[in-house]
Formats: sequence, C-alpha cells, structure tokens
Amino acid sequence: MNGWSELDRFLQTDPRDVGCTEAMRLLHVYVDLVAQAADAAQRYPGIAAHLRACGPCSEDFDGLLAAVRETP
Amino acid sequence: MAESVDRESAEWLRDLTGGQREAAQARLHAELLRIARGEVRRRAERLRVSGPELDDLTHQAAADALLAIIAKLAQFRGDSRFATWAYKFVIFEVSTKLGRHFWRNPTVSLEAEEWDRLPHRYGFDPAQETESREFVTAVRRAVDDELTERQRRIFVAIVVNGVPLDALVVELSTNRNAIYKTLFDARRKLRATLVANGYIDPNTSRRS
Repeated sequence: MNGWSELDRFLQTDPRDVGCTEAMRLLHVYVDLVAQAADAAQRYPGIAAHLRACGPCSEDFDGLLAAVRETP
Repeated sequence: MAESVDRESAEWLRDLTGGQREAAQARLHAELLRIARGEVRRRAERLRVSGPELDDLTHQAAADALLAIIAKLAQFRGDSRFATWAYKFVIFEVSTKLGRHFWRNPTVSLEAEEWDRLPHRYGFDPAQETESREFVTAVRRAVDDELTERQRRIFVAIVVNGVPLDALVVELSTNRNAIYKTLFDARRKLRATLVANGYIDPNTSRRS
C-alpha cells in the first residue's frame, strides 16, 4: 500500500458515523453485545463506523472490552 | 429503569443505595482501581508516564470514576451489566487524565508544523524523495486552500504534528466530539479536493 492509499483510508468518511458523543453514550451496551458474541455492528452500524475511524474512542472500546473479559 | 437487570447488577444497585452503601462503595472503588490498573498496563507501551506518577493517575481515575458513578447512579438504565456501565467511567477517566498528562512533557508543539514527517507517517520510503515532496505539496495546498482556520489547526495538530486527539481536547478546552467532528469535515473536504485533482482514486472504499 503506498502513501496515497494510506492517506485515502484516513480521509474516507462514513455517513453512518455517529460521532464520539453518541458512541460513548452507548459504549457499555455495545461492549456487552460484543462480549456476548452478539452482532453489535449490525445492531449499531453507526457506532461500528465510528469505532473504525476514531482512534481515541476505539482505544476506549478496546479498554472496556478487555476489562469486561478479564472480570469473572 | 428501562429494562430488567441481571442479578449481579441488581445487587450492586441495592448495595450502593441501601444501608450498606459505604461498604459497597469501598468494594466498587477496589474494582475501579483494578480496572484502572489493567487499563494503564494495557496502554503502557504507548505511555510516556510511569512509576509513582502513573500510580497517582490510576488512583485519581478510580476515585473520580467512583464519584461520577455515585452521582449518576439513577441514570443506569439496565441496558447493560452494571459492571460494564461502571467500568466505562474509569476507562474514560484514564483517557482524560492521559490527555492532560501529555502537556506536562510534550514531544510536539501546536505552533511548529512538521510537514516533512508526513510522508513517513503515511508509509513513503525515505528514498522516494520526489514522490514524498509531491505528496506534501499536494496535501498542504489542499489544506491551505480548502479548510477553515479551525479545521486547518486541528488537522495540522493531529495529522501533521501527531498530537493525540485527547491532548488537543485539553489544549483547546473543548470536547472529543467537537474535535472529531471538525476533523471529520476536514477529511471529507480534503478527500474531495484530492480526488478532483487526480491524486486519489474516487472508487476506493474501506467501509464494511
């Protein structure tokens, strides 16, 4: 992959992207669905789109999922 | 409460609002501290903070999360496990505190524009001098011509200089969503311009 296609991946936007506020409002619901192996992305496509594009929210998602999975 | 809660969540709610609330709060605090420690350990490789400072940050995150949870307990709707809802607070606190911490010893500034680093960041080989120069010239022209002053400032800080988004939130006294939305609009404008100028193929898509 050359530099232009890498930049293009970053510049592409998804109109379904709900933004940080909405994604973070429902993050706990989304994470519980993922932890239960339910199809969270199908139920909340706007959150899935956001997590693909937003580094900080994706980091919080990874952290919360790890916390849930590490808790008996 | 919007939905019926599971047994464990119901116990947390009962304990945190009943006669044993102090004991329940102490138990929740211990849980939050455990989660905060796990989270900073998970992020450890990318952190520029360690030792007692990191320990202090971890304790502050757990304490602040506990206060927020107690204040917002009535807002728990039962649409997830209580533990997941509660852990979200401490994960957010860790993110916020790390964003603030960035400016104690910043490796980049908001003033200097490090355009020369852009090609490397997007995978150009140092030997590709001509291609790298053309890349920087095209992107910089699009940024200068198409973006508003605020869009330009945020794009340069995050994409060109590599300032973490959460650190920029602190510096600009705003919130994550406002920065993201500004960057989102900037990304859309820049892509349209770079497509129109023939640098990017309009038919590629990463959606799934």
